[in-house]
Amino acid sequence: MKTKAFKRIYTRISGITKATCSLKASGVRYGELAWVNGMPAQVISVVDDMVTVQVFAGTEGISSHSEVTFAGAPPTLKVSDLLASRILNGYGEPIDGGPALRGEARIIKGNAVNPVKRSKPSTLLATGIAGIDLNNTLVTGQKIPFFADPDQPYNQVLAEVAMRAEADKIILGGMGLSNDDYLFFKNTFTEAGVLDKVVSFINTSENPPLERLLIPDMVCTAAEYFANDRNQKVLVLLTDMTLYADALAIVANKMDQIPSKDSMPGSLYSDLAGIYEKAVQFAHGGSITIIAVTTLNESDITHAIPDNTGYITEGQIFLKKDTDIGKVIVDPFRSLSRLKQNVIGKKTREDHPQMMNALVRLYADAMDAKTKKENGFDLNEYDKRCLAFAKEYAMDLLAVDVNLSIEQMLDTGWFLLKKYFEKFEVGIKEELLNQYWDERKIKEPVNSPSHGTEVSL
Amino acid sequence: MNTGKVTGVISNLIFIEVEGAVTQNEICLIHSENKRLLAEVIRVKDAQVSAQLFETSMTIKIGSQVDFTGKMLEVELGPGILSKKYDGLQNDLTKMSDLFIEIGQSTAPLDEDIFYKFNPLVKVGDKVYAGDWLGSVLENWIDHKIMVPFTLKGGYKVVTIVNSGDYRIQDTIAVLSSEKGEKVIVTMVQKWPVKRAINVYRQKIRPNQLLQTGLRVIDTLNPIAEGGTGYIPGPFGTGKTVLQQSIAKNSKADVLIVVACGERANEVVEIFTEFPQLTDQVTGRKLDEKTTIICNTSNMPVAARESSVYVGMTLAEYYRCMGLKVLVLADSTSRWAQALREMSNRMEELPGPDAFPVELPATIANFYSRAGLTELKNGKWGSVTFIGTVSPAGGNFKEPVTESTSKVARCFFALSQKRADAKRYPAIDPLASYSKYLEYPEFVRNADELIQKGWVEKVKRCKNLIQNGLEARDQISILGDDAVPIEYHTAFWKSELIDFTLIQQDSFDNVDMNSPIERQQYMLNKVMAICELDFPFTEFEEVGTYFKKLINLLKQMNYTAFETKQFRNYEASLDKELLGIKEEIIN
Repeated sequence: MKTKAFKRIYTRISGITKATCSLKASGVRYGELAWVNGMPAQVISVVDDMVTVQVFAGTEGISSHSEVTFAGAPPTLKVSDLLASRILNGYGEPIDGGPALRGEARIIKGNAVNPVKRSKPSTLLATGIAGIDLNNTLVTGQKIPFFADPDQPYNQVLAEVAMRAEADKIILGGMGLSNDDYLFFKNTFTEAGVLDKVVSFINTSENPPLERLLIPDMVCTAAEYFANDRNQKVLVLLTDMTLYADALAIVANKMDQIPSKDSMPGSLYSDLAGIYEKAVQFAHGGSITIIAVTTLNESDITHAIPDNTGYITEGQIFLKKDTDIGKVIVDPFRSLSRLKQNVIGKKTREDHPQMMNALVRLYADAMDAKTKKENGFDLNEYDKRCLAFAKEYAMDLLAVDVNLSIEQMLDTGWFLLKKYFEKFEVGIKEELLNQYWDERKIKEPVNSPSHGTEVSL
Repeated sequence: MNTGKVTGVISNLIFIEVEGAVTQNEICLIHSENKRLLAEVIRVKDAQVSAQLFETSMTIKIGSQVDFTGKMLEVELGPGILSKKYDGLQNDLTKMSDLFIEIGQSTAPLDEDIFYKFNPLVKVGDKVYAGDWLGSVLENWIDHKIMVPFTLKGGYKVVTIVNSGDYRIQDTIAVLSSEKGEKVIVTMVQKWPVKRAINVYRQKIRPNQLLQTGLRVIDTLNPIAEGGTGYIPGPFGTGKTVLQQSIAKNSKADVLIVVACGERANEVVEIFTEFPQLTDQVTGRKLDEKTTIICNTSNMPVAARESSVYVGMTLAEYYRCMGLKVLVLADSTSRWAQALREMSNRMEELPGPDAFPVELPATIANFYSRAGLTELKNGKWGSVTFIGTVSPAGGNFKEPVTESTSKVARCFFALSQKRADAKRYPAIDPLASYSKYLEYPEFVRNADELIQKGWVEKVKRCKNLIQNGLEARDQISILGDDAVPIEYHTAFWKSELIDFTLIQQDSFDNVDMNSPIERQQYMLNKVMAICELDFPFTEFEEVGTYFKKLINLLKQMNYTAFETKQFRNYEASLDKELLGIKEEIIN
């Protein structure tokens, strides 16, 4: 980063911790960008003439006589259509060997959208994955994370969703991304030939952790440019927000803040909300949809990071391994899309809401039966039907590798209900039963390796 | 005016050196570029003042001038509050022209150009006191009273009062004179500090009458009373917001105040788009005509979360003084508590449990106690009913905000993860939840009169059956289906019947979303009549099959408009099933 010649240079640092430096300086504002020894830093406290800056790359090698300059403004990103296809770091500088960015320098972490100017998100965002489209339908302008244990293929599913979803721009924010995963995203985008609509802001695990703190704001600033200035449908991918929150905890700790739950700063909720709330549907048609990844420790969602995230986002997609079918599935119980009500049965077929609930309810019965079986009890006839149903349901609809239209998913649902249950057991409104159970000819599901030839209708 | 200058900035905590006297909780204005940013004094030490800024602080320079207003945070009270969308400081969001909320932007809470038709209710020479009704105007369809300013003390004489006619809110409508001869000019607008309760009523009494919410699990099983308090804690994804919104849509309150405190913007947008379309059950008017929304979403300034709940409560108290039934819904009080925690932490105060400030329980208790049923000085009644949601960290109710709230709120609607996972909505846990109003003799008497004799007794029997059923279920899952007596299965399925037909309710179905008390009465009677039968089952598998048929029929009834032909058809099929079993009992 270039320092500007006319800025005053300070050369007396009075205090250095692992992440911060303190010095006497005048005319400095909270949040301003600074450079210490040429390394980017940000002002986190100004009291009288004592200024404390947080050095993103860490304070290793900084001496009490290092040079400090202030930018006179908070961190900015140069926005223009030239952002498309670029790969940038946490400071918004190119790391793809291309030319420097040009355009209007916008302060990252911009103002909140006036709630009365927002539109209600109600455009379906189809992914082909039934665990999402059928049970947890997404809409543009939504914010939703994947909750996944580290061993699950969350980045693969994220990339898959990004490729299938209809978006004008995809903005990828990689925080603490392993180099392998970074290359995976790059290859996926290249192979799909969509590189020209992708902007990437990358902080890999090789980069200093505090640099991650700038990534989400950079991403959102770019997203707001395309969504609002260019009226485009923007899909934002953030992975992994757990590593972002860990970086927040490091800063809080170095600033002697009293930690709240799980050593996280007390402001974690507000910090995360500031990012996720950038998701928006504008009246002019532009939108920002945020799909994030929050990795968990042994599926523990009570940890402060997933817990606060869950309270902010509009649902969560929970990945888990189903040992009965040997595949990763979208957990139908713990996954949720809060905005699905805006589209299901309205933008999709009328039987969607009731079908979705009936399938999940019966799957719950199957899980009870499974527990019963594991505890050594005899299963009754209903239990056995439920278990058989559950296996097919998981294979045909819950597995993350399915790719169907919503219509096909619903037909598969009716097929499974008719195969295993009686009308009175499914708890669906009679008028729908009349129409779909009796009258409609339901074809055998298209991609169902599980039932093979045993099926007869 | 008293002034000072900025000496330090740490996030939204501002240090100011002040010259003259300064008051705790006083509002000060910080000069920044050509704006004035609002901040509240939260600590005074000698000439050093700490203030919390209701904005982001990135534009503030050290040495900037600060003006102290000498006033606490106030709201403007007058006609025009209804249908408004305010931020946490009562700025009218609709009046802001930009897509984004600029730092330091403020807009007038009321509309000064609108003419309201005023009708006087007093004559020259009448003696009046704070809160007395001087006249009324029509606001949307609500009879909005213009009152003697609440800040006045002692008796006043009406010197002049305008005739019926059209006036703007800032026009003088009356002149009052105190015993000492001091003149007070009264317009339709007055101001009141939000952190003080408006207390111009004669007395506050125990809530004693049901406030209908249209939800069976609340009205029948855990009723909230007019002027009562309730809270809804639950892990994320258990339906707090959907539940609050359905209460908002179906409640029989005259005025509705919705406080979106530190929650999702899209949820507020949903209210903005839906409420003007929805019809109020009581009046047939559009729902937004009786609604005010205070909206400080999670990405709006953190410090204004606290003010947003107080602004909401103060507006509610104002309408209560007009003899109206007001319902305040706040989602979520935990975000407010977190805002307090962030500030307390920045001020380096010694923390209480989970790093929350030690005075948190007192702050919450004080706030909830502002709800209540009040008798006004003219003998009329008004009420503020408050329902807050709580978002416990990790879904664990043993945390400071939930615990502090449990000590003051009289109704507890516990949302359970397990029920939500099984899609049994609303996911209110039937056993953990309670309403203390069921124990109030005056409430029981009113229920006898307004619903049916012995109503509360019957509700309690119903709750017992749920308890029995769940105990039976535990036994069955420990011992196995065929190792327990058949009665266990019957008990379990009775509780399932109650669960599926009384507790569960589909908030997204046009019919089922709202169940008036007459319909709830029918349903409770029907369900209890079934549950009080002795069933002649011999095989446990028969029990489930039989009850599933009943459940299916009763569910279809819930989905069908009350007492229609279709409804009667289902009822007939149900009675036929029951008759079959009764004959078996006799034989």
